[in-house]
Amino acid sequence: MTDAAPLVLLIEDEPQMRRFLRAALESHNYRLVEAPTAREGLAQATSRTPDVILLDLGLPDGDGIDLARRIREWATTPIIVISARGKEQDKVAALDAGADDYLTKPFGTDELLARLRVALRHAARAGTADEPVFTVGDLRVDLPARRVFVADAEVHLTPTEYKLLTALVRDAGKVLTHRHLLNAVWGPNATAQTHYLRVYMTQLRHKLERDPTRPRHLQTEAGVGYRLKVE
Amino acid sequence: MTERRPDPETLLAQVREQERRAGRGKLKIFFGASPGVGKTYAMLEEARAKQRDGVRVLLGVVETHGRQETTALLAGLEVLPRHKIEYRGITLEEFDLDAALARRPGLILVDELAHTNAPGSRHTRRYQDVDELLGAGIDVYTTLNVQHLESLNDVVAQITGIQVRETVPDSVLDEADEVELADLSAEDLLQRLREGKVYVPEQAARAIDQFFRKGNLIALRELALRRTAQRVDAQMRGYMAEHGIRETWPAAERILVCIGPNPAGARLVRAGKRMATSLKCDWVVLCVESAGQVVSPDDREALIENLQLAQELGAQVVTLSGHKVAEEVLSYARAHNATKIIVGKPTHPRWRDKLFGSMLDRLVRGSGDLDVYVITGDVTERPAPRRATAGVRPTLAQYGWGALVVAVSTAIGAVLGRYASITDVAMVYLLGSGVVATRYGRGPSVFAAFLSIGAFDFFFVPPQYTFSVTDVRYVLTFTVMLGIALVISGLTLRIREQAETARTRERRTGALYAMSRELAATRGERELIAVATRHLHDTFGAQVQFLLPDASGRVAVPVGTPPGYPIDDKEQSVAQWAYDRGQRAGVGTDTLPSAQAFYQPLVASQGTVGVVGLRPAETKRFEDPTLQQLVETFAGQAALALERALLAEQTQREQLEIEAERLRTALLSSLSHDLRTPLGAITGAASSLLEEQSGLTAATRRDLLKTILEEAERMTRLIANLLDMIRVESGALEVQKEWQPLEEVVGVALIRLDVRLRDHPVHVRLPPNLPLIPLDAVLIEQVFVNLLENAVKYTSAGTPIEISAVGEGSVVRVEVADRGPGLPVGEEARVFDKFYRAPGTVAQSGIGLGLTICRGIITAHGGRIWAENRSGGGAAFRFTLPLSGVPPVPILAEAAREAQQG
Repeated sequence: MTDAAPLVLLIEDEPQMRRFLRAALESHNYRLVEAPTAREGLAQATSRTPDVILLDLGLPDGDGIDLARRIREWATTPIIVISARGKEQDKVAALDAGADDYLTKPFGTDELLARLRVALRHAARAGTADEPVFTVGDLRVDLPARRVFVADAEVHLTPTEYKLLTALVRDAGKVLTHRHLLNAVWGPNATAQTHYLRVYMTQLRHKLERDPTRPRHLQTEAGVGYRLKVE
Repeated sequence: MTERRPDPETLLAQVREQERRAGRGKLKIFFGASPGVGKTYAMLEEARAKQRDGVRVLLGVVETHGRQETTALLAGLEVLPRHKIEYRGITLEEFDLDAALARRPGLILVDELAHTNAPGSRHTRRYQDVDELLGAGIDVYTTLNVQHLESLNDVVAQITGIQVRETVPDSVLDEADEVELADLSAEDLLQRLREGKVYVPEQAARAIDQFFRKGNLIALRELALRRTAQRVDAQMRGYMAEHGIRETWPAAERILVCIGPNPAGARLVRAGKRMATSLKCDWVVLCVESAGQVVSPDDREALIENLQLAQELGAQVVTLSGHKVAEEVLSYARAHNATKIIVGKPTHPRWRDKLFGSMLDRLVRGSGDLDVYVITGDVTERPAPRRATAGVRPTLAQYGWGALVVAVSTAIGAVLGRYASITDVAMVYLLGSGVVATRYGRGPSVFAAFLSIGAFDFFFVPPQYTFSVTDVRYVLTFTVMLGIALVISGLTLRIREQAETARTRERRTGALYAMSRELAATRGERELIAVATRHLHDTFGAQVQFLLPDASGRVAVPVGTPPGYPIDDKEQSVAQWAYDRGQRAGVGTDTLPSAQAFYQPLVASQGTVGVVGLRPAETKRFEDPTLQQLVETFAGQAALALERALLAEQTQREQLEIEAERLRTALLSSLSHDLRTPLGAITGAASSLLEEQSGLTAATRRDLLKTILEEAERMTRLIANLLDMIRVESGALEVQKEWQPLEEVVGVALIRLDVRLRDHPVHVRLPPNLPLIPLDAVLIEQVFVNLLENAVKYTSAGTPIEISAVGEGSVVRVEVADRGPGLPVGEEARVFDKFYRAPGTVAQSGIGLGLTICRGIITAHGGRIWAENRSGGGAAFRFTLPLSGVPPVPILAEAAREAQQG
């Protein structure tokens, strides 16, 4: 089954969206199972064991966030939520409930496929050891040596900055909520202190990005968190 | 030319009368000389005829007194159940006004117009119920006996010896649409009485003895006939005036009735009414409150009653204050073209006139061409108890002080007596009496005078230490001492009274002025009410409550004002009545006097804006018409101020509506244009692609697909803008501020616009020491996106855009500037208006909401946004974000520590 085309469970009530996603996914060699309601989605997630779940947050028969939480109780299947702009709090709630990433409507096929690839890669890597050296663009992080390079020039990071960077590297490509990062770097007591995170992220950008106001790697997901962009 | 035109004033009065009557029900009075003449019978007969004609007839109240003929007529008529009122353990049955109003019959029969309602009814008198029925557009039939007519009340009393208490104002009869006289000769009536057709037998004999004497009946019949004739005469005159027929009498008469604070006035008032009726002229009842006059509470009450009586009888009531009564009366009479003056015969002893001069004498001498009628005041009506009290009753202490002064005088006299003559000692006593008179009023001064005389006699007049007097001259000394004490105390009292009156007037005028001034400087309904409440409370010493109408016209305590006193259902209904009718009600009035408070409608220039209730600690005070007038004056000021506030609010609302309407139009046109255009492009492109036969090249297909994508993106932006606008407009904009670096927000915006900004170099200049700013990242990002899109839209490709920020004390000022054509001069502020588009912009531009949304977001952050043209060309959009609240410090310390380590 792992060799076959990945199976996507699409939980979405709008037929037009399903039609577009079906066309986009099938033409890019994905298999698709569709569920128009939360109830059916949960049933399909149990019976079909999909490789990745696309979950719309605005379902007519139930709360998408709740569904994400229930699936996460017994499965590690990556969940990508789909939501409208201006509903940042819903996204954060879904991510904190166990979703792995999100897409903001309207989105293009490129963006959808990129998110799916990241999700599948993370799922495949789960359980295996991290690659010792992470590279994206001209940024290189040598994890065993705890050294960071930009365009082959070593950059000196403070311990906190380094801790933050490794947290991002560990889940490269995925969006990470403020709460997740604060917990990873400062511990569970600091999860409300988002300004810690913001200040360190700014410092990191100044050290790692060519133009900190137009970051290519350390991107902000407004109102949600941060993402280390890999593509 | 002797064309007879109706007098314009008369015509105007007719128009007003017609207007007043329009929509009002018609009143028909069945008038009679005495009970038993067949009024109720006639009324019922006519009502039955009406019912046969299809009119909905309702029997409100009909008293048959057990008369069989009358009872027979009730059959087949709808009867209104009586309203039961509990009063001191007795159940009284009364006419149910509210039920009658609710049923809205075409015609209602309300017997016995002069009836007095049970306590707790809405009105004290039935004729007021009838007035309300008429006001509601219901026709009313009623009955009335001549002895109940107010102006004939005393004449009837003279004839029959029975004082009738239940009287009806003459105006009710005069203003009735129709009056039918039920006439029966005295003999026939007595015959009917004997046959038991009038009262039930056991009552009949007593009634005949007391009231139904033949002489009485003849006199009453004459009165009734005369009164009816007068009415017919008035109708005739009205007809003549209406049709331009010249008046037979050039009646330019005006009668002035002068009454004073004593019970005799009632007779004068009635006499005035009769004379005015027979002369067919206006009449004024004038009361001059003399500043120096001491009025006992009983007399004051009598005056108030008489003034009320005058008002009921249709007189214009005027109260003046002045010292010289005769002069005041004459000057008023001259100023108002009075022709006749009615005054009462003097009742005081003749010596007073000799001493102080006679008011009557001065009046007659000064009257010139005015006729003066002197009429007997009816003093037997209620003997006025003479009270020696002079305004304030002197306390025992004041007598004590009087005695002390005399003792001191004696002591001084004892010392002085060794060197001076006995007359000098008398002077000391005189001085003492004077002092007491000026300070302690009449009683103590007379007391001190007698004490002085006694002491002087005992200690100084030979033979000393006895009360006997040898020299007759000393008797003169005693008399002079007493006289001087009386004169001085009288003068002092008068001055004090005058000062008090002046002070009261001054205080009231001052209070009115203070309130007007404060009201003029106050804005907003709630604030105006607070100001007026405070002033009314201070001036009238009562608890004050304003009640304003809601949309359905129900008056209620305005939201957000502390209640002056509890308004229960009963109080509300009294206030409601006052508001609906524009008349006073409650305490001190004839309408619902059992209420807790006095209700004055707030009548402004364009109608009644509400009601104010005053709950006095002492209800008696509010029976004074002058006080009620004063309340009205105050209420008038408050009403005008409230009306002003309401009008201002209304104007503002209308302007908002106009603005909303303009926006709706703009929104519709923009939606129809801005959303249809991309839709048209998408539909066109998609249908071309679907056409199988078309030989589209790969390049063209790609082009069409690109169009679809671009147009869809454009629509996405438009809809996002519209949604943001709605959030800003509807107040649903939730600003979730967090302290964050501006750089990150700018970064997000730049990444989001990456594609659109490819032709415009963006220079970001943020100082490294820029503090964290409390902001909602998502919203401020939108501001940057909109400003950047705006810059892209209005500048040509390759034009650079600059983003900069600078900390300025408690705010951070941010700027997004371009080097484009700049803003049209003078339009810098207008660019933030909804649907504003710079003149001459291409169709590709947006919907004209971007900058409005920016303003909404910045305002919600507590900042300010504005636009300027830059020196050297281009436009600059600047906004401020306040650094309010406590910035998070600890992280900076940690960062600094780490920076040192790193």
